Formats: sequence, structure tokens, C-alpha cells
Amino acid sequence: MSAQVPERYRNDFLREVEERVEEGRWVKMCMQCGVCAGSCPFGPHWEHSPQKIFMMIRAGKRAEVLGSDSMWMCTSCYNCIVRCPRKLPITHIMHGLANYAHRLGLAPKGQPTREFARLFWDNCIKQGRANELKLTLGLYFKDGLAAGIKTALAMKGIGLGMFKAKRINPMELFGGHRIKDVKGLHAIIAKAREIEDRRKGYTS
Amino acid sequence: MAKKEYAFYPGCSSQLKASASNYLVSVNAMCRKLDIKMTEIPDWNCCGASIGYGEGGELPRHALNARNFALSEQHLPGRDIVATCAACWLGARETKERLDASSELMKETNEALAAAGLHYKGEVEIRHMVEVLIEDIGYDGLKAPAVKSLEGLKFAGYVGCQTNRPFGIAGESFENPMYLDKLVETLGGEAVPYDQKVTCCGGALAFSEPEKSQKQIRDIVESAYDHGAEMIVTPCPLCQANVEVYQSEINKKQGTKLNMPVLYYSQLMTVAYGGNMKDSGLDGQVIRAAKLEKLAGK
Repeated sequence: MSAQVPERYRNDFLREVEERVEEGRWVKMCMQCGVCAGSCPFGPHWEHSPQKIFMMIRAGKRAEVLGSDSMWMCTSCYNCIVRCPRKLPITHIMHGLANYAHRLGLAPKGQPTREFARLFWDNCIKQGRANELKLTLGLYFKDGLAAGIKTALAMKGIGLGMFKAKRINPMELFGGHRIKDVKGLHAIIAKAREIEDRRKGYTS
Repeated sequence: MAKKEYAFYPGCSSQLKASASNYLVSVNAMCRKLDIKMTEIPDWNCCGASIGYGEGGELPRHALNARNFALSEQHLPGRDIVATCAACWLGARETKERLDASSELMKETNEALAAAGLHYKGEVEIRHMVEVLIEDIGYDGLKAPAVKSLEGLKFAGYVGCQTNRPFGIAGESFENPMYLDKLVETLGGEAVPYDQKVTCCGGALAFSEPEKSQKQIRDIVESAYDHGAEMIVTPCPLCQANVEVYQSEINKKQGTKLNMPVLYYSQLMTVAYGGNMKDSGLDGQVIRAAKLEKLAGK
């Protein structure tokens, strides 16, 4: 699906969110109290608090919401969920918005957590289990070789400490842990993605 | 005590030479002493972790967890699935609740599982190891195998986020859960009150937003120091790794002198149960816990 607004949701971003975003049907229940904003550990760092995001959705600010970096600041601490007086599943809504914006290609380009999320998913699906070393190096080298070497050198103390404690294995680079039925897992994920894409109207 | 049997979901970080491999070592030793039998779910896969939503969306993420449920039902019928990792537990339990609540999602998930010849009937229960200890064994039962006391050692019980929110341990408050303190006290140790008990360590964003996360970590460790703790103890592998390994990085950048060991509850228990340094995985600490090593012996 292109970044354009689908015809059936023209002028009604709230309805689009309700129908297509995970747990989006709860958005209109927000009473704008701001407890979520005050509870977020990364509160000082985002552009818009969840409370603002929810009001922007109701105000139809589609590009601003889906292009916001706020959802990508979620550490999944679930403070907002347990404190929300209206019991909105705020963490899940933020995750859902992030995924929706990402799949539509509207999320901020190069946003580090967006990049990391993509790396993590590809990494864990590839062999059925996360490969921590490839994941870490993948993140260090995401902006090219020179930047990667610089980051890797800066972090070498941590790597060495983990190696001495036998909690990192250089051999993971050449294979690493994997499940037996990788083929079956890939078939499951491909099917799940196909169904979800159809349901949410993604074309890729 | 009758032997208790569970389907074990150890998670990626607990594998050999992975970041929480010493957690698994200590869990195995602890379970032997408590007569708990943990049988790994055959061919279990990653849960997608807390960052899986970004690319994985809803159904692929739920299908990932449901594959483990189907395998558990098939090979270990009737047993509760027990996770040691906070994120595995949360991810799996979230999937279970969503599938329980929506027959449509259940149908779609099974349509995906069928691609690999699997089917989930919807019968599993998902639990964290801490729930097994507290609910199935109980504090008295946890004290029974102890041969050493942790008397004189001061711990900051760092519960963190994901074993605490949004599900939590039954009967505990989100803002000040007491189970970890009670566990320390059961073993004879002192649990210091401190104000960062449920603060987020940054989670997966320790990788993608290191500065912001290291501020969280510094607050947690400094609060533990300020309240007289000698060590931090936690039930979460990501809390453990983040709070332990970034202390040197914070010291380097900010001129602090943080050097606080960060342990798992299962390591404390294994030491109290007479386990040595190796049994309790203390040789896997990046910041060594000298006082606990001394108590454990070689």
C-alpha cells in the first residue's frame, strides 16, 4: 500500500487507526489526563506523549502521527498500561502505531530503534533463535564499515568482559544456535504475514 | 515433596555462551535441589522479544509464540510452560491471552501453524519461574533445602519491568512488589529498601538508544549504593545484562565508579542450597560478586 490515505479512510484517521492498528479501537477512550506522559521513562526524549498522539489521531493528523519518533521511544516497560485510569492498553497501541507506520513506510527514516527492531526480527526468524553477536554487530555496522569499526572499538571492553565470563561466543558469527525445523518456521511466518497483510491492506 | 514437572521455555539468552547462560546454570542447580523437573519444549523458538512488534506486527508474532505452545501440547501434554526470561514470559503470555480472547485470531494463527503441520488447541498455561517458586513451592518450601544463610549480605531487589507489568505476580503491587525482597529474606539476606526497584533499565533500547538507557541504569545502580546495598538481584536476564555490563561504560563516560555486582535470584538460592561457584554461575559475572563467591566456596 502506498503512503497515501486509503480512500475509505479519507478524513477519518481515527477510524483507520481503529480498524488497522493493533488495539487501536481503544484510542477514543483516552480522557487526556496525562498519567502516561508522566510515567514514561523516556518521557523527556519524545516529540509527543501518548496522550498527545491519541488527541492528534482524533484530530486527523495522520502524517504527523505516523511520522513521529515517539512510538519508537517505547522501552516496553508497561508503566503506562498499569497506571492508565481508563485501562487503555497504551503500550500495545504505541507498538501497533509503530508497526503500522513502519509497514506503510511513513516512520522516521534511520530511527535507531526502528532499525534495531527490523534487525532483531530478521535475526531471530532466520534461524529460529536470536544470535546475539550478529545482532550486536549488525547494529554497530548499520551506518557503514567506518562507523561500525569505531563503535565496535568503543565497546570492546564490554565485549571482552562478556567473553571472559563466557557469555558471548565469537563462533556465533559462523552459524550459531538454530532450531531444527527452520523451514517449518519460515513457512509459518510467511503464512502469518500473508494473512496479516491481506487483513490490514498492506501490499508488500 | 512430590516432584513437580513443567515444560521449560529457557529462551535464547540462556543458551550456551549467550548473555544469560549463567542464569540457566543456576536455575538448573536450583531446580535439582527443589525437586523440580524442567523438560525443554523440543525445538522451541524465539518469542520475538519486546522489540518484535516493529517488524513482526501482530499475527507473525503470535504465530511465533503459538508454535512453541503447539510443540509443548504435542510433546509435553498437560504441563504448564515455564519461562525463566521476563520477555519470553511476557510475550508468550500476551499471545495466549490474545488467542484466548479472539476466536478469529486463534483461527488465523492455526492457519499459519498448519503451514508446518502444527496445531494449537489452546490448552497451555504460561508461567514465570518466579511464579512456580512462590505459588507452587512457597517460601517455606524454598527455605527447606538451605544449608547456608546469606546473613550479613545486603541486596537491592531489582524487580524491573516485565515480570512486574503488565501481568505481574499475583497479589503484588505494580509500584512496590515485595516478592524479591521476601525471597532474599527467606535465605537470610537483607533486602534494602530503595527507590528504583521497578525502574526501567532501557530494555532493548539499551542497544539503540544507549545514552538514554545508561541514564536509567546509572540511577538504578546509584540508588542501590545510596541505600547500602552490596549487590543487586533481579529476575530478568535483560535487566541483569544491561545493569551489569554498562556500568564500565558509564564510568568511562561520566567519571563514576560504579562496580555493583548484578545477580539472579537463582544464584542466591543455589549458593544458599550449598552450590559452589560453578553450580551457581557466579563465574559468569562480568562484575564479580566477591562476597557471594566467598560464601559459595570453590
